[in-house]
Amino acid sequence: MEEKGSLVQELETLFPGKLGPAQDLSRDDVFTLDRDFLPECAARLKEGPFDYSMLLDLTCVDYLAGQGCLEMVYTFFSLARQRRLRLKVRLPQDDLRLGSLAALWKNADWLEREVFDLFGVRFEGHPDLRRILLYEGFEGHPLRKSYPLRRRQPRDVSRK
Amino acid sequence: MGLKPDRAADGKRGSVQGGFITTRFNHMLGWARKFSLFHYPFVTACCGMEYMSTACAHFDIDRFGMGWTRFSPRQSDMLLVVGTVSQKLGPVLKTVYDQMTEPKWVVAVGACAASGGIYDNYAVVQGIDSIIPVDVYIPGCPPRPETILDALIKLQDKIQKQEQDWRWKKKAPSSKN
Repeated sequence: MEEKGSLVQELETLFPGKLGPAQDLSRDDVFTLDRDFLPECAARLKEGPFDYSMLLDLTCVDYLAGQGCLEMVYTFFSLARQRRLRLKVRLPQDDLRLGSLAALWKNADWLEREVFDLFGVRFEGHPDLRRILLYEGFEGHPLRKSYPLRRRQPRDVSRK
Repeated sequence: MGLKPDRAADGKRGSVQGGFITTRFNHMLGWARKFSLFHYPFVTACCGMEYMSTACAHFDIDRFGMGWTRFSPRQSDMLLVVGTVSQKLGPVLKTVYDQMTEPKWVVAVGACAASGGIYDNYAVVQGIDSIIPVDVYIPGCPPRPETILDALIKLQDKIQKQEQDWRWKKKAPSSKN
């Protein structure tokens, strides 16, 4: 597709050598990106000719057992192009830090808190990174594959 | 039945000589309590639709004398826990139960409230009886309104048969709070 080719070219010009192979699994554009460039790249995509001004979703996939990494998945939507774009960022097992997008998109605030809560990714620059779904005092991150399926942490009901 | 009118001397059914009846105090109190159950619906999930159907005109819970829904635990006798209770919600459920005045009864409506149901995971309380005492468990995912009514009638039987606590009787010190 011509439009898609231009997006790849533009991104390649902006981030030479930092962009991973483009995948074409669906009608959406899919790229992998080096994690150091995520906030900068997202800021560029939000503005200007790209106009990916909507952050539709932000989530995480656990590949720790097989590939030794977590994979963040960001889905953007461009109002001008009427297209979605998926950015994937891989985080190595021993260093689960990533720049926050909360300053760019307000909805990233709670989405990142959710990913922190359930997967344990630490978003640097997040204004208030604490658990959002689970309660204070919960140990571990239950959507990691390493979390035992039947591990129970009953909450102390006498505490609020 | 709680109230048992004495048979008249001629054995004629239903006639009460002298216009009075005799019963035992426990029977009368149980009879009064079981037919004036105010319930507090602690509704968290899809079983709530069945509860609504039960409580409203189609199945009409009021036929059995337990029709009045109260949205304050202070005014309720029966706590209906309808739906999934997450670990995070546990303290809230405990607080609501503690706020209810004695005597009080608890019904776990549906598989989730009774046992955690299909949610065998980190987030869900595996049966509310780990938090508060339960009088009647209702199975089903969700239970039919008939099942709920059946359970509530069973609860009425239980209330009728219960030894009533006399208000002036000094209570044993409880471990609560």
